[in-house]
Amino acid sequence: MNDHTHESHDHHHEESFIRKYIFSLDHKMIGKQFLIFGLIMFMVGGGLALLFRWQLAWPDRPLPIIGFSKTYQETGEVATDADRKWEERFDDDKETWLETNMPGGVIDPAFYNSLFTMHATIMVFFVVVPLLVGAFGNFLIPLMIGTRDMAFPVLNMLSFWSNMLGGLIMMAGFFVPGGHAAAGWTGYAPLSSVAEYSGVDWGQNLWCISLIVMGISSLMGSINYITTIINMRAPGMTYFRLPLVIWSLFIVAILLLLAFPVVASALALILFDRMAGTSFFIAAGGGEPLLWQHLFWFFAHPEVYILILPGMGMASEMLPVFARKPVFGYKSMVFAMIAIAFLSWIVWGHHMFQSGMNPALGASFMTTTMLIAVPSAIKTFNWLGTLHRASIRFTVPMLNTLAFVSMFVIGGLSGIYMANSPVDIFIHDTYYIVAHIHYVVFGGSVFAIFGGIFYWFPKMFGRHMNATLGKIHFWITFLAFNGVFFPMHIIGVGGHMRRIANPMQYEYLQPLQPINVFITICAFILGVAQILLLINVFWSIFRGKVAEQNPWQANTLEWHAPTPVPHGNFGAIPQVYHGPYEYSVPGAETDWTPQTQPNGESLHGEPIPVGASAD
Amino acid sequence: MNELEHTSYEQAEGESRPISNARLAVLVLLGAEIMFFAGLIGTFLVFRLGSVTWPPPSQADVRLPIGVTGLNTIVLLLSGYTMFQGLRAIRQGRQKELRNWLFATGLLGITFLVVQGSEWIRLVHHGFTLSSGVYGSVFYVLIGCHALHVLVAVLWLLVVFAGAIAGRFSMNRYVSVEVCAIYWAFVVVLWPLLYILVYLI
Repeated sequence: MNDHTHESHDHHHEESFIRKYIFSLDHKMIGKQFLIFGLIMFMVGGGLALLFRWQLAWPDRPLPIIGFSKTYQETGEVATDADRKWEERFDDDKETWLETNMPGGVIDPAFYNSLFTMHATIMVFFVVVPLLVGAFGNFLIPLMIGTRDMAFPVLNMLSFWSNMLGGLIMMAGFFVPGGHAAAGWTGYAPLSSVAEYSGVDWGQNLWCISLIVMGISSLMGSINYITTIINMRAPGMTYFRLPLVIWSLFIVAILLLLAFPVVASALALILFDRMAGTSFFIAAGGGEPLLWQHLFWFFAHPEVYILILPGMGMASEMLPVFARKPVFGYKSMVFAMIAIAFLSWIVWGHHMFQSGMNPALGASFMTTTMLIAVPSAIKTFNWLGTLHRASIRFTVPMLNTLAFVSMFVIGGLSGIYMANSPVDIFIHDTYYIVAHIHYVVFGGSVFAIFGGIFYWFPKMFGRHMNATLGKIHFWITFLAFNGVFFPMHIIGVGGHMRRIANPMQYEYLQPLQPINVFITICAFILGVAQILLLINVFWSIFRGKVAEQNPWQANTLEWHAPTPVPHGNFGAIPQVYHGPYEYSVPGAETDWTPQTQPNGESLHGEPIPVGASAD
Repeated sequence: MNELEHTSYEQAEGESRPISNARLAVLVLLGAEIMFFAGLIGTFLVFRLGSVTWPPPSQADVRLPIGVTGLNTIVLLLSGYTMFQGLRAIRQGRQKELRNWLFATGLLGITFLVVQGSEWIRLVHHGFTLSSGVYGSVFYVLIGCHALHVLVAVLWLLVVFAGAIAGRFSMNRYVSVEVCAIYWAFVVVLWPLLYILVYLI
């Protein structure tokens, strides 16, 4: 280990393949590992969603290609290869995985429960957090604050590999007897704490263990991020000269640090209930099922801000660059994020209006939840202020960022309805909630991720992604996304419950079925469109147009580093002179002013420190 | 910790910081530990405050070893004192004293664990187990999690002790001792709180 440190300052040092690509200590490589991991899991999570969308649109109809053909169902004649294979599978004595979970290509209701549970679990814990916090956090923090690596590179590597271990444990759950966890991503007790209730045995145990491992991974990441940002900023990089994405990651690291241990303790208690005969969450044994909801949401409400804050930070990063204007209200942006993070600790009860709660307590949770609208609105108006009278460059990252801002507004507005406990009692557990969460997490975070991948790709891989393909991907995704999730508001208000395998069983839901079919068609378009993204990413890594050092003409420090970024990031550690968003400064030669460029007085009114000099 | 220290770029940049990376990191870690125990203590309080009688009627005959554990509390508090003395010794460069104090600390820590363990065995023999209703569950999980933390702290201390025997610490170089001492202080300070909550009230 020690040798490695000394060598790491030698930029021309060649490392072995394993050291460089697998057990890498370099924050950039670890960031890329998280990126690839997250993208693969994104496809897995999306694939699960397509499976259950099929079931929702055409309940109990065999899946196309792998299921029984129409001829077979009507006449009993073997018409396709799939029919023949199914007959063989049914004939022999062994019960295969496919037979258990989708006999004849029809999704089994128990498997349906696993599907939506794992879709949410994977998307939340293995896609959005690894991408936003793992990939962008690792790649951007040292580059943007102007240091050579994270404070603890070994811890950083361990963080990725424990994340990977958590992912493997989670995937293994699909293949254990009894199927995967099926108690929803919220794992409500006692459904999750008694094996007989959901019929799931080891699936739920693995779910708990995997999330605890993930918690350890994010704990290591958080310690690293917080230490690095506090201690290792380049000279002149004061807190209020930090790019907003670094602020958002800093705040998120604190949230993750403090929130995850709480759910880790609760997950441990569930494991004890399931495996050691305790009854923390089992009423029959004197336990308290509601306690799980309190512990879970005490973690999971900060968690949903963990999912959106880095997206907000990335949007605040890309908007000024492509609007060629300073971000509107830098400090109010920072304080708004701090306010959101603080409020996230005192609103968890709004998930539990229906679980039984003292009305006075419900009213307090309602008030604190509504308060979050204030900092969120500050951020939205600041983004709009940044766009106001700007000469916008409609690049792919900018399109995705604009989608982020507009979709986040829709998600935020529907959130206000839910915050009202009387309204929430009506729409609780309906597709309205599903629409809301997807407008915020897909419409918000995932569009920010798409934008971020495009924006930082040239620095990550030294090549550009294909802009035309990117625009096609963006427009299909944007339209299909709204096609999927907007109608969910309507069926939700129409009373369509979530987590039901067959809406046709309910007479009052049958008139809504055409909307379900429309949603599913859009979902398949949305899913297929993501293949374009994958093609664009993997093709561009090897074949993309070679990128120059600062292709977007941006100010922040990562563009000061050479492309491709060498080990150790910078030749000499840069000196920072002003804030990150000084675009179109009157009298300046160019419409961007890198943070490393001394320029008299900064736009935030801070004079240059006396005695500071350029490298 | 030692190893992590070496792989950081801290020395490389040679900057003076108000607090070193390792110290900051262990303080940040304690933030997470506090939240972990907050979750467990919250669980305990939900059951404790939700019961009219404590222990619950079904476990009314259970008597926790208040006296022995009280003495054990003093043992652990003493170990906090010896750890602090060890840190003070190395700050003044007295390596031999550091070794002695660390040895005493480790001995006290192990004594604490042994006494806790033997008391547990006694309780289990009396039929009071993890599955003896919520009373047994919260007792074993909460106290067990603390014991696990003491065990980790003892193992960490052994690593530091080995370093002290090898003479790796000096007046200017004692970060590894200090971060271990910070963690040790956490497990020591947490204990009286748990003792009062679980054994006394």
